[in-house]
This record gives sequence, structure tokens and C-alpha cells, in this order.
Amino acid sequence: MTNRLLSEVIFPGFQNSWLEQNHDGAVLEISEARLAFTADSYVVEPRFFPGGDIGSLAVNGTVNDLAMCGARPKFLSCSFILEEGYAMEELTRVVQSMRAAADRAGVSIVTGDTKVVDRGSGDGLFVNTAGIGVIEHRLKISPQSIQPGDAILLSGDLGRHGITILAEREGLEFESSIESDCAPLWDVVDALLEANIEVRCLRDLTRGGLATVLKEVADDSTFQLRVEEEKIPVSDGVRGACEMLGLDPFFVANEGTMIAIVPGDQVAAALAAMRAIPEAANSVQIGQVEEETNQRVILRSILGTDRVLDRLPGEQLPRIC
Amino acid sequence: MDYLDPYRDKKTVLRLADAIRSATTRPWTIMEVCGGQTHAIVRYGIDSLLPDEITLLHGPGCPVCVTPVEMIDQAIAIAGTKNTILCSFGDMLRVPGSETNLLAAKSSGADVRMVYSPMDALRLARQNPDREVVFFAVGFETTAPANAMALYQAREQGVENFSMLVSHVLVPPAMEALLEAPENAVDGFLAAGHVCAVMGIEEYLPIAEKYEVPIVVTGFEPVDLLRGVLMCVRQLESGRAEVENQYARSVRDEGNLAAREMMSRVFRVVSRQWRGMGEISQSGFAIAPEFAQYDAALRFPTRNGQYSDRLEEEACISGRILQGLRRPGQCPHFGTRCTPEHPMGATMVSSEGACAAYFRYRPAESVTGNSQDPQSHSTATS
Repeated sequence: MTNRLLSEVIFPGFQNSWLEQNHDGAVLEISEARLAFTADSYVVEPRFFPGGDIGSLAVNGTVNDLAMCGARPKFLSCSFILEEGYAMEELTRVVQSMRAAADRAGVSIVTGDTKVVDRGSGDGLFVNTAGIGVIEHRLKISPQSIQPGDAILLSGDLGRHGITILAEREGLEFESSIESDCAPLWDVVDALLEANIEVRCLRDLTRGGLATVLKEVADDSTFQLRVEEEKIPVSDGVRGACEMLGLDPFFVANEGTMIAIVPGDQVAAALAAMRAIPEAANSVQIGQVEEETNQRVILRSILGTDRVLDRLPGEQLPRIC
Repeated sequence: MDYLDPYRDKKTVLRLADAIRSATTRPWTIMEVCGGQTHAIVRYGIDSLLPDEITLLHGPGCPVCVTPVEMIDQAIAIAGTKNTILCSFGDMLRVPGSETNLLAAKSSGADVRMVYSPMDALRLARQNPDREVVFFAVGFETTAPANAMALYQAREQGVENFSMLVSHVLVPPAMEALLEAPENAVDGFLAAGHVCAVMGIEEYLPIAEKYEVPIVVTGFEPVDLLRGVLMCVRQLESGRAEVENQYARSVRDEGNLAAREMMSRVFRVVSRQWRGMGEISQSGFAIAPEFAQYDAALRFPTRNGQYSDRLEEEACISGRILQGLRRPGQCPHFGTRCTPEHPMGATMVSSEGACAAYFRYRPAESVTGNSQDPQSHSTATS
């Protein structure tokens, strides 16, 4: 649905070369400086969940979009749309959470706006953040930069945010407690750049999860990507929840987990750099870019058989039996 | 995850694949009945581990796929009724009726809610005493006990604003319908383990005997499926036709007696329409007379003649796919005109439908044409 809105209405309506970079943020060259610019709106329900809330999500989401452009996040804006009657104490909690998240990510929230809409015209609280980051290197971080032989690195285990939200929203209780992975990722990217890794492509694994993101990267590149199920970490809690609900963790959303595609001969250094950052302590290589130019994503299953990973039409829905 | 990992163990899987290879001397066609099994087979590439002589056919066991269009239209009509909440399981929401689906009805204002259990719908009815709450009860013998329990509880608790639109179907009559068909190619069945966990294995005994067909009650993990195939092949090779239980860790011969008892109180067996297969005698459940006040089909006035009798788009072969007579890759529309976003028929709609499983895991199948026609020796009749 969102894909169709973008391709049929929004992209044609606003058409320009910056928008066509089709990345998490736009990379802009202004005089000597290279800046990344991005925006996102947050309408998550429930607004408070284990591991985060709408405020920390709004900061980290935008920080991560900048980080995935290889940009050091600097400044954020913050706009609230409040429904009349929304509790002031809750707004205070959200603002405090945003402040804490901004401090952790090293960004300042420097401008914003607040609107109140009539009761019934909104759903409690909507948050929009926009962000500006500075690009301090000359790399072109983009799917178009990936080459056969490059390695695909994953910063942590999959699916914690999506399952946390689903469990909270639907009142599902699982034996083990699962927390959202909501976290800023710039430190991970910074560590890669500091280690002089020739980073080819970065993506955080938000909507649609790992599988969707890999397919988007393959589509925007020329090559086939191959990943191995055996190497992709999924916690027992997330796996159990997914088994029960008939969901595939490869398609579940994350808010603090990313992939980095780096040259094959720099894997060891890249993993060492990533693992030194707490948010990416469990980084692993999960696959590589191959020579075939069919823009496919192939998953080698735990049994050694191959299958294709593709986008899902719409969101995953729990199965009947 | 001790209850899963041993059943996905690569060494065990490869050893079983070897055993199947050495047990097989002739070509055999085995049908897995359940869509969950189809999903696992395609997802893990189980069929690629089997010798060429073994053909797996995908059976009709996908509850979403076989729910008739009229029932979906009726659910959409009920959802659009004033002051009504319609509850359904998630994957029913996208299934097309004759004109639209429940998700679209929801976005145009109908109160449609996704629930995880019929008891959630009953709770919703208690919380909204001034509204009608209808649960769209779809599925095989697996989901029927919980639905029966919800109706029973509704009566016990005196919840009067709760009702069910029931479209339950049963596995054994569908297997018999397949075996009766003149084009039947099935040599042996992998029966659905979870269905048998509820119903037991008795009702399969006369089928195995009458049609001389081995039936192996089988689970859903790679090791289960391969063990099921091995047991089936050994029977076929030695000329036996028995009911065997591969899934003994979940299935007792008598099934779940409490669940069966609850179902027999609340439901009665009736003939049912199957999407893509037509009417099958005594093949489903309807609400028993003593629970008639909870029957949404009676509570909400039916619009006679207004529900479409259209089954599928004419060009769609999903009926033949549900019967194992064709494979998804053999349809000219697979992956082109027909996709999960714009399904032409039942088997592309549900995540458990064979076409959807192939589309998701093997989109290349139609291009490379590497699927074998299980009926290549006979003339196509569609």
C-alpha cells in the first residue's frame, strides 16, 4: 500500500533528482558541505512499550535514517499533533524520553511545532521528526555501490520490535519477555567509518524487516544477494512467538538493527569495529553479494536448500491454523 | 526451542532423504493434505531432497482457500450492518469475495477486527453489550473445538449479542472426494497431524481400506514430513495400505475426546460448498439446532440472490490445484496476472495456498518451467 502511494502519487508529484536517490534520507551538497536530510512520522500504538516509547522511537528512527546515509546526525526538529484532551503527564513523559534519546544519540532537537486538533480528529498523539546530518567522508553509500564478493553483515538478532508491539497491542503473553530493539545506530556506522571500512551500503531493518530490505537493496543494485538462514540470529522468544502466530521473523520490523555491506576482504575489521559498539555486539556476516545480475535474494535454508526471498504483499497476518 | 530444533536438524533430514531414496524403486505420487505442510515443504525445499520418482501433490487443506465466495460476501455484508463488530482471524481479511474483501470493507468504515481466538470475540461481546459481535468461524477440525467452546461459553454466560458465521470443513470427506475423482493420481496421503490430534485416526481407517491407499498421519517440521514420506513409500513399496501415525508425539488414536465432545454438542455435520471444488456431501459443520440463537446466518437477514455465485475467474485453475491435478507453475497467469496482491483465485490468496507458497518461495518456477505435470500422461480436461 505504502509502496503504491509512493510510486503512483508521491514520487511523480514531487519528482526531482534528490528524491530519486530513493534512500532513507536525501544527500544534499550545499557549497562545500554534504548533508543528509530526512523526516519521518510516528503513529505507533501502543505509545509506550517494553524497550521504548513513541518519543524514543521518533528520535532513533530519524537518527538511524541519517546514519544509514553515512551521515553524523546533528539536528532534529520535532512536531507534535495532539488530540484535544491528551494527558499532559503523558506528553511530559514523551518529551523527557525524546530528550534522553537525543542525548544518547548526540543530537539536539532545535525546532518544532505543536498543533492541537479536535477530539476525534487524531488518535492521541502523532509525532513527526526531521533531521539533518553531516557527511564527513567521500564514500557513496548506496545499493548501487555494492560489488560481487561484498559481505552482508547484520548488527544483531531480528524481530524484537515488531513482536513487542504486536504482543502489547493484542495483549498476547509469551513465556519469555521480549523488548523492542529501539536504539540509535550512528555509533555503529561511525565505528565502521573510523576503522576505514569502505562501506558500500547501509540499511536499518525497519518496515518489512530483513527480507524486504535485502530485496530493496537487490532491486536498486544489479546483483543477486545470498544469505544463510543458519547464520541469521533470532532470539528464542521471537522465534517462539513467530512460530505460534505463523509469522516469519525475516519480515518482522526492527528499530535498532541494521545491515552493512562491505568489501569481502574487510569483513574481520568491519565486524571487530561493529562488535565494539554495544548496540551491535552480536554482529555477524550473514551472506554475500554474488555475480548473477538477476536482482534476487536467495536464502539458503537450514537444510541447505535454496529459496527466494521477496517482498510481502501488505503486512504479515497471523494464520488460521 | 527443544520442541523444534530436533525436527529441523540437517543431519537427520539428510539421513531420512537417503532412506527414502533407497526405499524407492518405482514412481509414487503422495499428497500432503494440509496447507501448513505445503508451506513447510516449499519453504524448506523438502521436495528437492526427494528422488525423482516421488511426486508431492499439494492438497486442499487450506481453510482460507476453500471458504466459498458466498460466505465471504455474507461476512462482508454482516460487517457493514449498523452497530455490528465482525471478528475474524488475520489471513481471512484479504480473501476476495465477489467484489471486495474484509480489509477493504474495514477501510470503508465497517468495524472489522482481527482476533487471535474466538474467546477474544466473546470478550468483545461482553465489553460491548449494546453491539452485535459476530465471529467468522472458518477452518478445519483444528479450529472447530475452540469455536465450539466459545459458543458454549456464550450460552453459559448468557451473552446474547454474540453469534458466529460458521464455515467449517472436514478433511476425510475431501480426501474421499479426491479419491473418487476419475483423474485421481494420488497413491498415498500424508494426513494433517493437527487435525488428527483433535479427531484421532479412526475415520481414516475405512478410507485406507476402501481405496487401498496408505495414509500416514504426519507433522509439520522437515523431519516429520520426511519421516511421513518414508513411511508412506515403505507401505507403497510393500503393497500395504494402512493408517500409520508418524506424529505420535501429538496424536493419540482416539484424538482429543474433550474437544470431540464439545464439537458434537455445538455443531452438526452438513454438506458444504468448497471453493474451487464444489459441494461435498457431509463435509462440514453447521451450528446445531439447540445453539441456533447464536447462528449469525439466521440472526442476520440473508440477502437472497444478492450474493454472487461466481466461483473463480474463468481462467483460474485453483480448483484443479486444490485437487492436486495441476501445479502452480503450470498456470499461464501464475506470477503475472495472478499475484497475492491481485489474486485470481483461492490458492493465491492465503499464505497456506499452494500458489501463494510457490509465489513467495519460488517465483521462478513459472519462468523456468521446471515443474512436472503430475497428469502429463493423461489429457487435460479443464
